[in-house]
Amino acid sequence: MTADDVAVDQRVSPLELWRAEFKALPAGVRLRELAFLTQLSLRLVPESPAVAAVSEALGVALPLEPCSSAVAGEVTVLWLGPDEWLVMTPTGDGETERNLRAAVQGHGAVIDVSGQRTTVSVSGPRARDLLAHGCSIDLHPRVNHAGSCVQTHLAKAGVAIWTRDDSGTDFWVVVRTSFADYLARWLVDACVPHRQDPQWQ
Amino acid sequence: MQLIPCPWCGPREEVEFHYGGQAHVAYPAAPADLSDREWAEYVFFRDNPKGLFAERWVHSTGCRRWFNAIRDTGTHDFRAVYRPNEPKPVIS
Repeated sequence: MTADDVAVDQRVSPLELWRAEFKALPAGVRLRELAFLTQLSLRLVPESPAVAAVSEALGVALPLEPCSSAVAGEVTVLWLGPDEWLVMTPTGDGETERNLRAAVQGHGAVIDVSGQRTTVSVSGPRARDLLAHGCSIDLHPRVNHAGSCVQTHLAKAGVAIWTRDDSGTDFWVVVRTSFADYLARWLVDACVPHRQDPQWQ
Repeated sequence: MQLIPCPWCGPREEVEFHYGGQAHVAYPAAPADLSDREWAEYVFFRDNPKGLFAERWVHSTGCRRWFNAIRDTGTHDFRAVYRPNEPKPVIS
């Protein structure tokens, strides 16, 4: 075991203590923290000559449409603003950052912000109903398609909600670490009225 | 709740936004030549019309971008929104 391995083993994720609570929820929703994903903030003007090289480094065209996303294998690119993206890759991935840094060539910035936010996977047939308790965005598949990434308030906490399918049953909620405990509390509490609800079992 | 149309993200609830005061207040071309009165007018004095008003807004919870809006201060009706690099639309 190297020094690096020890460091990884000792990390406590922001929602580590919520694992048991998440497991005890009604079967209609499934909450799971995707801890320690590598997250990179990518800042680049969309007219920049580096966009082509960045798209090549990512393996997918940089999503330029507002509130959209792109996926290439295990790399997820979320649109956060006209010149800002969040690149999410598996834990410990350093290669994507190196490739992106080489690709932006001083036209933009690539910064590791993995510690800034954590990711909560909200899935299951009632996932959309749970989020609707505290979110003003219409997440119905009729208007909210797979790949949409909206930044908004969820129970007053600022989050990005990435929709992963066209049936409203699979979302990633990306939330700041300092808000994660509050949001977990709220998500668990929002399930309380549905504990005996047969449609949520 | 009132919806404000962000030029990038589309209509969102007003709590996602913050107000930034009057739009199109240009920085003085020669600030050193300004008298105290002219400087005070640039820093502190703003229009306060009842009716259409060009304002700056920021979508703080969403894309965190500043944009301009023409809003009716009497009715709170947003008549137009436009990005900072776009000209001020003419509204009768």
